[in-house]
This record gives sequence, structure tokens and C-alpha cells, in this order.
Amino acid sequence: MLRDDLITSPVGALRVGIGGPVGGGKTALVAALCRALRDELSLAVVTNDIYTEEDAEFLRRHGVLPDERIRAVRTGCCPHTAIRDDITANLGAVEELVALHDPDLVLVESGGDNLTATFSYGLVHAQIFVLDVAGGDKVPRKGGPGVTRADLLVINKIDLAPLVGADLEVMARDAERVREGRPTVLVSLREQPDAAPIVEWVAGLLAAHRT
Amino acid sequence: MLGLMLLADSRLPSGGHGHSGGVEALVDRGLLRTTDDLALFLAGRVRTGGQVPAVAAAAACVLAVTPDPRWGRWDGAVGARMPSAAQRAASCAQGAALLRTVALAWPGPAIDALRALPRVHHPLVLGVAAAAAGATPQQAAGLALHHLVGGACTAAVRLLGLDPLRVAAVAAAAGRDAEPVAAQAAIAAATAVAADDPTLLPTSGSPLTDVLAELHRRSEATLFAS
Repeated sequence: MLRDDLITSPVGALRVGIGGPVGGGKTALVAALCRALRDELSLAVVTNDIYTEEDAEFLRRHGVLPDERIRAVRTGCCPHTAIRDDITANLGAVEELVALHDPDLVLVESGGDNLTATFSYGLVHAQIFVLDVAGGDKVPRKGGPGVTRADLLVINKIDLAPLVGADLEVMARDAERVREGRPTVLVSLREQPDAAPIVEWVAGLLAAHRT
Repeated sequence: MLGLMLLADSRLPSGGHGHSGGVEALVDRGLLRTTDDLALFLAGRVRTGGQVPAVAAAAACVLAVTPDPRWGRWDGAVGARMPSAAQRAASCAQGAALLRTVALAWPGPAIDALRALPRVHHPLVLGVAAAAAGATPQQAAGLALHHLVGGACTAAVRLLGLDPLRVAAVAAAAGRDAEPVAAQAAIAAATAVAADDPTLLPTSGSPLTDVLAELHRRSEATLFAS
């Protein structure tokens, strides 16, 4: 599962990318992971969202991480470019955080994008793609590189399924089919703010990264 | 020649997509609205502030094959020609980004010398990369102007929804304007390098762009880093 294409800093912090469409819960997941892991690990976050550094503000407001452990990268209206085709600005931000804080884990949060947006393995070791059920239960079936190739697929807001007419069984079955054995987690980060199954998955990555 | 083309290609990872070359600051204030505005902006930039990166890139292309050029002096001279701290930061960020890529694509002693600096301005990296890719100083100057034009045009399309075909025509016209500037830049660079004197780099600037760069950095609602 762990990729080793990183062209810089081959050893050191584990880098995990978090991508997905707008409003799916990427920032909520970053916050949950930080709350769950910050006492035992040194953490840092790079966020790529547009306008007013809003994601970084969200993390600051919730006291998830101190300011100096968060960097906001502007992507010139092209969030997927910054995580895939030209990762240099994000690499610069990651390396700055590594030099300052020597973190165990760096989370790189993409700006909201579409189903084709994936991280380059030159930037991260592993990536999580976050969907929500309100986007419709056909989304996993549609596939796209984000859904099919992410190392972990998170289907968020399952508490909304009855309200939006989404069939969770269909979503789980389609995800399993298109992802060829890669894991999928169905969760409501609102009702389960500790994000336990995802924290467990990241802990597994950390253990693998250290060996 | 293909090396030069790769350096001119916006698909080469070098951080350029996150910078608008001052266009976003103008757009946000209603000072650049149309394709004609963009053409006027570029005509001015190419002939004024554009001279500095053009000559710096051409000089770096020569210095890349000069023994012990003492890069810190040249880098300092480029920085001294950018009154806006925000522009200096943007130039160094793009310099670092490009250096990261060219160190893998065209490794060599001149690249190593730039990597040993605490920071380096973008046109110097561009010039050294151009030399490593087999380009001439005049072509290096042309590259610097090409990126100035291309970055501004792409940002204008994204921010204003301008017709990209008409913007391509604007870019082509700006490129024609830039040819003599690149030729003169190569001559000025040769003079400065022959005298081993970075203070001979041109000092032309664009004061409004400098002021807006500072305002842009302080603005919260921005999509481009500069």
C-alpha cells in the first residue's frame, strides 16, 4: 500500500493526501485525525483550499493544531494541478514544515475537486479519497481515478442516506467492485467524530512506514 | 532545442501555475477586465519590469559556464531590482520550485552551486537551466519573457473567463514585442558578465505592479500566490 516514489526526503515524515469533491468532509477528516493523533505524534498539515485560507482557519478555530504547524498553498484555480501535475509548491510547504517541526505525519489536504483528482506519489506516500452520500449513491459506480485508485475510500455522512435516498449497500458493493480489493470505510464523521476506522488505517500506515 | 522547448512548456513542474504575474491583483481591483486590457498590460510589462528577469536569465546562462561566478552577488542584484518583498518572495518560491525539477532533469555543477544558496531568484535558475539544456543567452532571456507572458495570460483566462483563443493571439503579439527585448537583454547581460559587475543589470520597473503585489499579499481572498 505504501508507495516510495518520493523524490525528496525519502525518510522521515509519513505524508498522507486527502482529496475528494467539495463539501465531502476532507477538512472534518483532517480535524478528526489531528484530534485523535496529536497527543502521541508530531503532526503538520498543508491545505490547498481556495479563498481566505478557510480550511486552515477551520483547523485553527477548532484548536486542532497550532498555527505554525499549518501551511496554506494557493493553487491558481487548479487544485488538481497542485497535487498531481506540478507538486512543487506543495513539496516546498511540506519540506518547510518538516524542517521546522520534524513531524511524524504530514496531512496534505487538496482543494475540493472532481472524481478524477488524485495525488502524485511524488508528494504523498498514500492517499484517502473522501465522498459523501449526498452526492448520490451512483458515485462509486461511476468510478474515476479518485474512487478506484485511492489507497482508502471514505464514504462520509452515512447518517444522511435516508434523507437523500442513497442506498449504502449499493455504494459499498460498487466501491468494492471498482476498487479491486482496496479498502473502503463508510462513516458519519458528524456522529463519529473520532473517525476511529480511519485513524486505525493511518496508524497501520505509520507502523509500515517506520519498518 | 527540445530541452529549450521543455523549459518553455507550462507542463514542466515549476510552480508557475500558482502565480499570476500580477494579473490577479489588477483583476481584483477592476484595473484589468478585457483581452485588450491584457494586451496593454503585457506590452508595458515586457518593455519595463520584464527587462530585469530577461537580462538576469541571459546573464545566468553565461555565468553557468563561467568559473566561480559568485552567485550570491548576482542573486542579490536581482533582488535589489524588486522593490516589493512580496515579489521577491514569489520569485524565490518559483526559483526553488524550478530548481527542484531541473536538478533532476539537467544535473550539473552550476545547478549544484545554485542549490547551495539559501534562496535563489527564478530568472537565475531559468538561465542556468537554459544553459544546461543547450540554449543561448538570448533564448534564456526569451524564456523569462515567455513565462512572464504565459503566466499572465493563463491567469487572465482563469480569473475573467476570457476567450482563450483570443488570449493566445495576445500572447503571440506580446511574444513579437518581446523578441527585440530578448536580443537587447543578451547584449546587456554579456556586458555585465564581462565586467563581472551585477550592478550593471537593468533597473527598469513597474511601480504599480510593485505596489499591487504588496496589497495582494495582504489580501485574504486570493487564488494565486502572486
